[in-house]
Amino acid sequence: MSTFFRETYIVFRRQLRMNLRNPAWVIIGALQPILYLLLFGPLLKPLVGQFGATNAYTFLVPGLLVQLGMFGAFFAGFGLIAEWREGVVEAERVTPASRTALLMGRLLRDLLQLLVQAMILIALGTAMGMRPSWGGVVAGVGITVLVGGACAAASNALALTTKSEDVMAPVINMVMMPVLLLSGIMLPMTLGPAWLERISDFMPFRWIVDGVRSSFVGDFAASGVMWGTAWALALFALAVWWGTATFRKENA
Amino acid sequence: MIRARGLVQTFQTKVGKEKKEVRAVDGVDLDVAEGEVVGFLGPNGAGKTTTLRMLTTLLRPDAGTATVAGYDVVRESVQVRRSIGYVSQAGGVSSSARAGEEVMDHGMLYGLSRAQVEKRGKELFTQLQLDGLWERMPKNMSGGQKRRLDIVMGLIHDPTLVFLDEPTTGLDPQARANLWEHIARLRSERGATVFLTTHYLDEADALSDRIVIIDQGRIVASDTSDNLKAQVSGDLVTLEVAADHVTVAAEKLATVAQSVRTSGTQVSGRVARAGRVVPGLLRDVEAAGVALESIEVHRPTLDDVFLTLTGRSLRDAESEAGSESEVGPDSESAAQTTSADQAREDVSA
Ligand SMILES: Nc1ncnc2c1ncn2[C@@H]1O[C@H](COP(=O)(O)OP(=O)(O)OP(=O)(O)O)[C@@H](O)[C@H]1O
Ligand SMILES: [Mg+2]
Repeated sequence: MSTFFRETYIVFRRQLRMNLRNPAWVIIGALQPILYLLLFGPLLKPLVGQFGATNAYTFLVPGLLVQLGMFGAFFAGFGLIAEWREGVVEAERVTPASRTALLMGRLLRDLLQLLVQAMILIALGTAMGMRPSWGGVVAGVGITVLVGGACAAASNALALTTKSEDVMAPVINMVMMPVLLLSGIMLPMTLGPAWLERISDFMPFRWIVDGVRSSFVGDFAASGVMWGTAWALALFALAVWWGTATFRKENA
Repeated sequence: MIRARGLVQTFQTKVGKEKKEVRAVDGVDLDVAEGEVVGFLGPNGAGKTTTLRMLTTLLRPDAGTATVAGYDVVRESVQVRRSIGYVSQAGGVSSSARAGEEVMDHGMLYGLSRAQVEKRGKELFTQLQLDGLWERMPKNMSGGQKRRLDIVMGLIHDPTLVFLDEPTTGLDPQARANLWEHIARLRSERGATVFLTTHYLDEADALSDRIVIIDQGRIVASDTSDNLKAQVSGDLVTLEVAADHVTVAAEKLATVAQSVRTSGTQVSGRVARAGRVVPGLLRDVEAAGVALESIEVHRPTLDDVFLTLTGRSLRDAESEAGSESEVGPDSESAAQTTSADQAREDVSA
């Protein structure tokens, strides 16, 4: 087990080093939630009363957090394609290192980035008037990290399967659209007609957004947090399994 | 050290809408003993890299079995990986990382300590003449320097079984000679087994104890360079004579040689053991009153061997692979007429 953590750490350190050397992506990533908060927050403020929330930012921040976790991570795979093209993936695969470690090291880099972004988002949200339950914030960030890890792992798996940005970009777009529209990130799904809400019941990310939102207001008693956590865990396990399988196989 | 039986690998490729199956490796058997240096030769697209990738656990064979360093490549892949070093044809360093860091991380993934890797890495940098490039990014290195960095990566953990896929591509003659020495030392000092692919016939000749030739996914020969050359119908003996003696010289040569050809004032043929035959031949020719200008004896090259085995010269086979043309059943006879010797005869005719 200790070799596994050591290998994961070696891969993680290498990834982090390369990322920090090219900080443009890190900065763009951090800027995104700030813009949402500054430009979308004021728009939401007069509306919150309509869907039973009391504080616009306590409502908006959890949604943005999950969005950050999902969409930032979806793009993680593009870097892996570049690495694959340079032969780095093959060079790592020929070492005895655990295939899961090769994936985990990369996920940890994405999760660290996500954590930093989450911190910025929460700090700024608080400054703008968010009044959450702090225990709930910790739980909410925990769920977000699981979702982010799931998306990053899936993105890496997709990258090693398609091996082409041109194939991968449309696939990601196709996945992203329904996720964005049906998970109630910007506005709650309860606002819409019943048929739309029923469709969104089939969208795991909706349960996760709801879960993080309940968690932020400290509503642990309702089933929301539990469902959100369950879905996040399930997606994470599934995606890591898929990612490891592609690192193991990688046919060409 | 390596034992493979019936290895097969097929790739699916899409040409437009239609799917095509490429049988890249088509039933390869291989045996490599401990401490042996084996040269793996074949034209572009013959299946060398694909074979190596199966032996190094990177590709799962579609059929067949292989044991490497005593472990099965599919069932005991981790043990195989622990026992081998691999330098891929394309290299494996990120262009925007620092050379030293890539080497360190790679070595540490083999479980070596930081100090061990650093010591060994710097030694290898010196031995492969990469001094002062530890901090350099590969994108700022020359092609040959980057290639040598790839080789450092593959050797960082002192493997006793090394797979090198075209290690000398892009190296200048001096760097190439230096790498040859390095490979020779791997064997003499560490008893390492080396399996390397190359396109350079002189390289395979100089480095390897044994040469394995692959063509269109099948092994077509496996022997020492000398034995392979003996299979070719002998040494090439070329006599240059006065113009009006050509016919007589050709007749005399034909008594000891096969496939005698004339080209201008030159008469050439294949002689099984030139060393023994040539003195007699010279007496014969002289007795017939032929004025001999010069005589040359060439040992067969691996190119000749390839021609004998496959009916195509290496050069023809490579241009075929490049143009993706279909190789029909009659390629043998077709290629024969395009061989260099034949062309010379046509000129004289
Ligand atoms: N990933 C792949 N997908 C489809 N076809 C492939 C793939 N890799 C190799 N091939 C095909 O398999 C055949 C053997 O390729 P391979 O790379 O093993 O040749 P090689 O002997 O190493 O050639 P070279 O001397 O050019 O390196 C070729 O016809 C090649 O086009
Ligand atoms: Mg090759």
